[in-house]
Amino acid sequence: MSSLTFSRRHFVTCVGAAALTSAIPTTSFALNASQAEGLVNNAVSDINRVIASGSSVNAMVDSFKGIFDRYADTAYLAAYALGNDGRSASNAQKQSFGDAFGLYLADKYGRRFNEFAGGQIQLQGSSSVNSYIEVQTLAILPGQSPFQVDFHVSDRPGRPVFFNLIVEGVNMLLAERAEIGALLDARGGNLDALIRDLS
Amino acid sequence: MFIKIVNQRPDRILLHLISYFLRLTLVCGAIVALSACSVGDPTALVNDPHETANRRVHAFNKGLDRNVLRPAGQVAAATPDAFTVPISNFADNAGMPSAVANGLLQGNIGGAATNTMRFVVNSTVGVGGLFDPASAIGLQEDDTDFGETLAVWGVGEGAYIELPVFGPSTQRDAVGTLVDLVFDPLDSTGHDIQQDYSGISRGLGLAITRGLFSDTFDGLLYESADSYSQTRLAYLQNRRFELGETTPVNQEIDPFADDLSLEGFE
Repeated sequence: MSSLTFSRRHFVTCVGAAALTSAIPTTSFALNASQAEGLVNNAVSDINRVIASGSSVNAMVDSFKGIFDRYADTAYLAAYALGNDGRSASNAQKQSFGDAFGLYLADKYGRRFNEFAGGQIQLQGSSSVNSYIEVQTLAILPGQSPFQVDFHVSDRPGRPVFFNLIVEGVNMLLAERAEIGALLDARGGNLDALIRDLS
Repeated sequence: MFIKIVNQRPDRILLHLISYFLRLTLVCGAIVALSACSVGDPTALVNDPHETANRRVHAFNKGLDRNVLRPAGQVAAATPDAFTVPISNFADNAGMPSAVANGLLQGNIGGAATNTMRFVVNSTVGVGGLFDPASAIGLQEDDTDFGETLAVWGVGEGAYIELPVFGPSTQRDAVGTLVDLVFDPLDSTGHDIQQDYSGISRGLGLAITRGLFSDTFDGLLYESADSYSQTRLAYLQNRRFELGETTPVNQEIDPFADDLSLEGFE
């Protein structure tokens, strides 16, 4: 049995027990705040290292793909972005959509990470929401007012990973679901065409 | 708004105040009537019954951005900070009396006091607002507007509206924008130079902001598959964040929520 199945079961059991007894403290989550904050710290320092390397944009995008794979819940990101449009997809289509979506994300956000050059991410704290932990940070970039970036972290795949990013209230997953929906509409709902174009 | 940089007789200040609050009371009546017309589901992510008309305005605004604001932003981005920062400072400072008035209307005495101090310090020591010594001594701007005042008063957000030139808004914020335009306390509190150049400095300030956040704006407008829906989504969430009105769906996105099958994605 994988640790993923274990932690899912464990969580469901806790919720069930909490509903019955109302006495289970919220600390029954497998993931704790310091693990979640540690994940964000590691991801930020990896990103900073890539930015400081001064590599070409394409090389940086490749590095960001690696960072995404290591620190993000890529399967959940892809499934959420595809949303209901994924219901009729075959497993093979889902698999290739996931791969293509990862490349698309690394490209889209990897290019934007350049804006973080010379800036820093300050950890503000974290709080537990539903079954995940929200790690609040402040992005301080030269010549701009500081802005809030929240990382949503869970241990769904059996290790801490972030699955959503909220920048000044703007939710990355909602934006990506809308974007993928619009890209699909533009292709008459043809998922294979979308996978091809994203890859 | 009670601060007067140039000498003015006390009875004139009183007259200004009475006239200001009279106009405000009249407009408030209209606003409450208007906003009550369209109360959508407050938990909805997007309430957009006027989408067809909004999309037409969006196309117009996008053309305006492509031909005017975006090129102006590129010029601003290439201009040394020594020129752009004082302009932004001046525009921000000219907006302070309005922020003070709104802070008072919201019962936010602390914010109104900070903004008042900012206006006094920057208008004098900061040479009419060109420099920002207030921030250096810890007086951070408490940005606000009449849309926020309405939110504090309990007026609902209303439908999403994209306004020509002004861009994304809601019924509540559209009224707020209008009121802030018509009733600017700078008219009765600011120095002549501040009144004369506030409009142009705000216009230039817009171009400077467009240049500073060019990647964000370009991403929304020109690199997305549906710039209308991306702009709408970003505006509504960001505005609610500013006003402390979170969108419930934000917290519902949860990998353990079991509302999404991950089979095939792993």
